[in-house]
Amino acid sequence: MGKVKCECGHVNPNGTVLCESCGRALTEKAKKEKLADMRYEGSARRSQTYNKTIIDKVWNFFSSVKVGIWIIVLLLVAASFGTILPQEFYIPSNVPAETYYEDVYGTFGKIYYMIGFHDLYNSVWFSALIAALGVSLVIASLDRFVPLYRALKNQRVERHESFMKKQRLFAEQKGALHDSEIERVKEELAKKRYKVRVENGALLAEKNRFTRWGPYVNHVGLIIFLFGALLRSVPGMYIDELLWIREGETLQVPGTNGAYYMKNNGFTLENYEAGEDPEVFNEAIDRVGTVAKNYQTDAVLYRDENNELPGAKPDLAKVQEDSIQVNQPMKFDNFAVYQTSFRQNEMKAMQFALTNKETGEEFGEITIDLFDQEKSYELGNGYKVELRGFYPDFDGFSESGEPISKSPLPNNPAFLFNMITPETPEGEMSFAQIQNTMEPLGETKYKMAFKNLETRDVSALTIRKDLTLPILAAGGIIFMIGVIQGSYWNHRRLWIREKDGQIYVAGHTNKNWHGLKREIGSVLDQTFIPVPEDRQKD
Amino acid sequence: MDLAGISSTLLEAAFFFYLMATFLFGGAIRQKGLRDGEGLNRWGKLGIIVTLIGFAAQLGYFFTRWAAAGHAPVSNLFEFTTFFGMMIVGAFILIFFIYKTAVLGLFALPVALIIIAYASMFPSEISPLIPALQSHWLAIHVTTAAAGQGILGISFIAGMIYLVKNIDQSVSTKKTKWLEAVMFFIVSVVAFILITSGFSLADYKAEFEYIDKEDAAAKQEFTIPALVGPHEGTLLTEGKMEPLADMPAFINAKKLNTVLWSLIGGVILYVLIRVLTRKRVAALLQPFVRNVSSDLLDEIGYRSVLIGFPVFTLGALIFAMIWAQIAWTRFWGWDPKEVWALITFLFYAAFLHLRLSRGWHGEKSAWLAVVGFGIIMFNLVAVNLVIAGLHSYA
Repeated sequence: MGKVKCECGHVNPNGTVLCESCGRALTEKAKKEKLADMRYEGSARRSQTYNKTIIDKVWNFFSSVKVGIWIIVLLLVAASFGTILPQEFYIPSNVPAETYYEDVYGTFGKIYYMIGFHDLYNSVWFSALIAALGVSLVIASLDRFVPLYRALKNQRVERHESFMKKQRLFAEQKGALHDSEIERVKEELAKKRYKVRVENGALLAEKNRFTRWGPYVNHVGLIIFLFGALLRSVPGMYIDELLWIREGETLQVPGTNGAYYMKNNGFTLENYEAGEDPEVFNEAIDRVGTVAKNYQTDAVLYRDENNELPGAKPDLAKVQEDSIQVNQPMKFDNFAVYQTSFRQNEMKAMQFALTNKETGEEFGEITIDLFDQEKSYELGNGYKVELRGFYPDFDGFSESGEPISKSPLPNNPAFLFNMITPETPEGEMSFAQIQNTMEPLGETKYKMAFKNLETRDVSALTIRKDLTLPILAAGGIIFMIGVIQGSYWNHRRLWIREKDGQIYVAGHTNKNWHGLKREIGSVLDQTFIPVPEDRQKD
Repeated sequence: MDLAGISSTLLEAAFFFYLMATFLFGGAIRQKGLRDGEGLNRWGKLGIIVTLIGFAAQLGYFFTRWAAAGHAPVSNLFEFTTFFGMMIVGAFILIFFIYKTAVLGLFALPVALIIIAYASMFPSEISPLIPALQSHWLAIHVTTAAAGQGILGISFIAGMIYLVKNIDQSVSTKKTKWLEAVMFFIVSVVAFILITSGFSLADYKAEFEYIDKEDAAAKQEFTIPALVGPHEGTLLTEGKMEPLADMPAFINAKKLNTVLWSLIGGVILYVLIRVLTRKRVAALLQPFVRNVSSDLLDEIGYRSVLIGFPVFTLGALIFAMIWAQIAWTRFWGWDPKEVWALITFLFYAAFLHLRLSRGWHGEKSAWLAVVGFGIIMFNLVAVNLVIAGLHSYA
């Protein structure tokens, strides 16, 4: 790589526009400009210097802020398209997406589905846009940070007058600078927390240079965040499972490879009640009807001590007991367990009494666990009930007369009983539902009278592990530090020097020129040094 | 009087003070905006004092309501929008003490007033928190996000003043038309407030029975006459207006009806202003902003984005993600409100980059600030009311 030597003797990297040391313009274009382009201190950026190889061209493409802005705008427009209709993961899970969009939203919905906008955020092209943003962040930051850092580090106190003349804030005046004057200004500037350097009678006051690094720090934060998001697809980093667990049940916690078990000790749903809850809520409760107050699963977590032994029965040791509520997940071992959903009053067991139809006399009750039925139930004294058929989700009879069960869930249980009594040793068949009995094989003397129904609630718990969270948090914190660092301070500089009986004063800030003007004004007010004027005023 | 009563009185007081301060700032604008050695005149000083009193009253409303409810009053559209209005005033006060420009108050306070009036169109009783909202993050996330939006709102105000001042009103151009479109939108919001309050005072209620999008029978009560009615709807209340047309099931006819009324009301109001004054609305406002420096307005706009952007990011994205991880099991789920917060973030990121390296200062920057605020308002209004999602609490 070539070097450019300035008249002042400083050797600059190839492509430098303004000498890092004295500020002289080094290119023909820069020499002609009225105001110097100070954005990156006229430093040598790779993207502005090389454009030969394919690597140069890729580098130059992604280092361009214009390209970066285009990526941002494309991303935001694309993201908005995904909110026109609900995304696939928000539509009811019991209907297929193929038909849902057309059924509910008509032709527009059909097109929306066909072009893939129903799952826009997982599409390849959307991911590609995010990836492009990541690449742009890295390259654009490197292209600027390194030369800017060099330029600010190498700047010298005594700037060439051509550099000072091309600053936005500038003034010149015939006269001489006295040491006492410089001392006074230096003191004033120090009070305003400037770092002041004086060399050969020239003065450079600078403050808040760190704010110039803000953009690069926040870009690093963003890159870390995007990297963290990428890590989610690495096996073991991320687990997302749903566990439906009934009251009283103990189930393996999915995603833990059988290491943990969970017991549901009961689900609670509470609503706000006028009278019980603070009076101020009455009006709202009145208007809306029911307002939910609490969804809670009382859960016990167990560890399986035999998990490592193949074939061994689980040996459960209690780890912790917790009330899982919305906003208060149970936590263990990088896992969090959330109260996500529930189903109330699922049927658990039914009770029937063997009854003489004529006399109404009962000969004992049986309780059928809908999840664990027995083949026959002994009632003593020669009375016995055999369960010939169980249809948990009864849905009528087939053409051949067989009862049909729609699903294995006990939503509408029906039973085919064979009732054996001393009077009817061969047995009589009875088909029983909750409020209904049938006699499919002819009239019977006995019946199974429905007595009682036991129900329980089912909790849906989300089991989540996300090891990328610390990385995302780090990215977020670094981003915030960077964005605050860059936004809430201004990098301000003031140059004062005398050359050949002429006093030159120039000021520069990366933003908030009004603030700089006020500050310089108050410092130079009582001196013979001219106050620099804004040459870009409207 | 109980705490809730004191609270709503304080809000009314704040509204009144903001209104008064607007007129005081109106009297102050003969003064130059730039700090060219000139201090604030008496009107300007009075204006900011009354604004501060109003702000204190609204803070009083906020904390007494907090005490009465037992939770931060930012849990539904009424409470959030009111708070957002307060944050615009707060951001204005902050920027005012940096730049001392009275004309900013003349525009910022009316915007805050309209927003607070808009808020009061929603049910305003104190409501209990559903389980998902029972968290300290409610106060932390929502207030920070609203503060960020309020500060970003000031860049919109500065941008509007810049455009009103600098767009040539002697000829009709694309620019004057777009600026009038923004004015029309503001007029329509005023029309919405007038129409809703009018029919509410008259206690208008018309109930409909209709078929909803799950093919089930449902009922809906209209509080303003139905220009458009719900899907296969039948009017149950006697003597009320029959809709001119029925809507398909996936369109919420009640909301569309409100939008239609606002637009029609907006057109009438706007045309009335134009016919009576024979001037564009922006041209009417132009004399008020003549004295302020464009350069200063540009800096105020940029500065408020610089101050507001980090606050918004912290509140609307970072705190939002932390709470979403706790309440909804995941920090990000592409819920419409989340997406629009991201869009706002991306938009202002683009704004900053355009300014920084493409030199979009002055007028271009002012237009961007207007669009940015449009996105914020879209996220507040449309995403809550039109695009249903997890954030539809109103």
